[in-house]
Amino acid sequence: MTTEPTTATLEQPAMAPTPAFRLTDSTLRDGSHAVAHRFTPEQVAAIAGALDAAGVPVIEVSHGDGLGGSSFNYGFGSTDQHALIAAAAGAVRRARIAVLLLPGIGLARDLEQVRDLGASIARIATHSTEADIAIQHLRTARDLGMETVGFLMMAHMASPAELLRQARIMEDAGAQCVYVVDSAGAMTPDDIRARVAELRNGLAATTQVGVHAHENLSLSVANSMAALREGAAQIDGCTRGLGAGAGNCPTEVLVAVADRLGMSTGVDPLAIMDVAEDVVRPVQTRPQIVDRSALTLGYAGVYSSFLLHAERAAARFGVDAREILLELGRRKVVGGQEDMIVDVAMELAARP
Amino acid sequence: MSRIPVAVVGSGNIGTDLVVKLRRSEVLEPVALIGIDPDSDGLRHARKWGLETSAEGVDWLLAHAHRLGVRLAYEATSAAVHAATAPRYAEAGIVAIDLTPAAVGPAVVPPVNLEAHLDAPDVNMITCGGQATIPMVAAVRAVTPVVYAEIVSTVASKSAGPGTRANIDEFTETTAHGLVTIGGADQGKAIIVLNPADPPILMRNTVYCALPEPVDQAAVEASIEAMAATVSAYVPGYRVKGVTFDAGPFGTPGGTAAERVSIFLEVTGRGDYLPPYAGNLDIMTASAVRVGETIAQRRWAASGVPA
Repeated sequence: MTTEPTTATLEQPAMAPTPAFRLTDSTLRDGSHAVAHRFTPEQVAAIAGALDAAGVPVIEVSHGDGLGGSSFNYGFGSTDQHALIAAAAGAVRRARIAVLLLPGIGLARDLEQVRDLGASIARIATHSTEADIAIQHLRTARDLGMETVGFLMMAHMASPAELLRQARIMEDAGAQCVYVVDSAGAMTPDDIRARVAELRNGLAATTQVGVHAHENLSLSVANSMAALREGAAQIDGCTRGLGAGAGNCPTEVLVAVADRLGMSTGVDPLAIMDVAEDVVRPVQTRPQIVDRSALTLGYAGVYSSFLLHAERAAARFGVDAREILLELGRRKVVGGQEDMIVDVAMELAARP
Repeated sequence: MSRIPVAVVGSGNIGTDLVVKLRRSEVLEPVALIGIDPDSDGLRHARKWGLETSAEGVDWLLAHAHRLGVRLAYEATSAAVHAATAPRYAEAGIVAIDLTPAAVGPAVVPPVNLEAHLDAPDVNMITCGGQATIPMVAAVRAVTPVVYAEIVSTVASKSAGPGTRANIDEFTETTAHGLVTIGGADQGKAIIVLNPADPPILMRNTVYCALPEPVDQAAVEASIEAMAATVSAYVPGYRVKGVTFDAGPFGTPGGTAAERVSIFLEVTGRGDYLPPYAGNLDIMTASAVRVGETIAQRRWAASGVPA
């Protein structure tokens, strides 16, 4: 066997170690927010193919707000969601394709068509206190033979005990893994540890726990590592962090850090760095950074995908985007309420 | 006219709130509340108010309908129950106003299409989101074609009952269908969001209409305002918070739109049996009372019951 000198230290051992956790790359779902839902089938095929070649085991593909998310309220996708899912499924050899579905936006019957297009994992998302609206969709996914994930969003708004109550509802409905989702990027490592530990101890041993982190407080990698310390078995990343708000836990950083800590991911660290730099970077339309608006999301505990909508409303009504976000935080607005952004901006603009 | 005797079947939140509203009606008189649990809070209240009550379900109602003179029954049970009882009401000559998702009869929105269904033996109240938003789509449609209508209903978690939660797809699909078949849009989409904030939020609805050509904005606003006044005559807490117009083009499921109108609505409940935040339930019961009153006035006022 020939070995190129530059990758000698990364050569796969004869027996690859079992990954310490399962990595789901959500560049093609959460990243949809960052490109205003304008991924093309060509971009999707290129990114999915490159992630697969680097060893990423699960790739999520959907409108940022899940199946059926294409709308006035969240932004119309420039390409039909089915074409994007088919493009990803056609570009991968080993990776499995996941989709996101938010009950109230997408429909349970949407799952059958995407399964037929090659998606095999259904991630069903609700606000952290509303798990029962996902029962219908989790059951449908299981009946279709899909693997299931329950996705409890805005988890910072629920106590660990409440989050466990909700996770059990999803588990009873057939979720094989329940995620602690820090949609607002508002949690610290201690917040994550408390919630993951509560779920890990309270759910059946066969039910996995996952974490989806955002970078608004620059804690996405630290939070993901904290989750692993408490027994999380699934972690989300987005290559180059491409995602809502300041973005997500950067997949290439997550892989590198895990590798340094001796945790196998099954992903080649140098290869995923190349995907980030060569394949994803050219797709980015804005810098994925913790600027003042993105930081305010984490600071105020507001849904990360509100960022671009709030910036547009701020420009239109002549108010500070941060004032809009702070007011939304005070009103305890939840994911999906994008229509409140213009409503609040109008109110702020009308104030003397 | 002397009030028309009506019965309410289902003694939960909706049924009991209906009774409170019907007691104020000058057209309808609630004479019976029927449930399945004799100890339910609704039946206790109804007894206090002098209504006949029963925990023996629709069998009791059909056995006593003649004695009570009941011509109209409100069904506030479940889709399965109404699907089973609808033929029995029809056989007994009792008009059914269905607040469940059973959709046995035509869907009605009082200011939009009720006139066309006054003779139906059974009418359906669609969804709370439908009652709140379809009038607005119809108001825009009265001025301009609407190639695509989309609505977002946000309700307090506490006011979303177990039926809605167990089948939230039914809400979105039924509402979206109504935006097209009753509101007059070419295509429709409905979104529902539950918000658990405490104290609970008021019901909010946003209506987006995609318009194929630029429009006379003043004419659209005037039509919206007139419709809001019509709805608030029977749902006092119904309010348009704002209207905005945006220039496209927008690529919508109904085709390219040159312009979009967005209508922001808020519904404060009247605080009858249900608290004021439950505007979503209030608009269902208030609309159902309006439907019953209209049917009673049009069908029976001329035939012996003095108007």
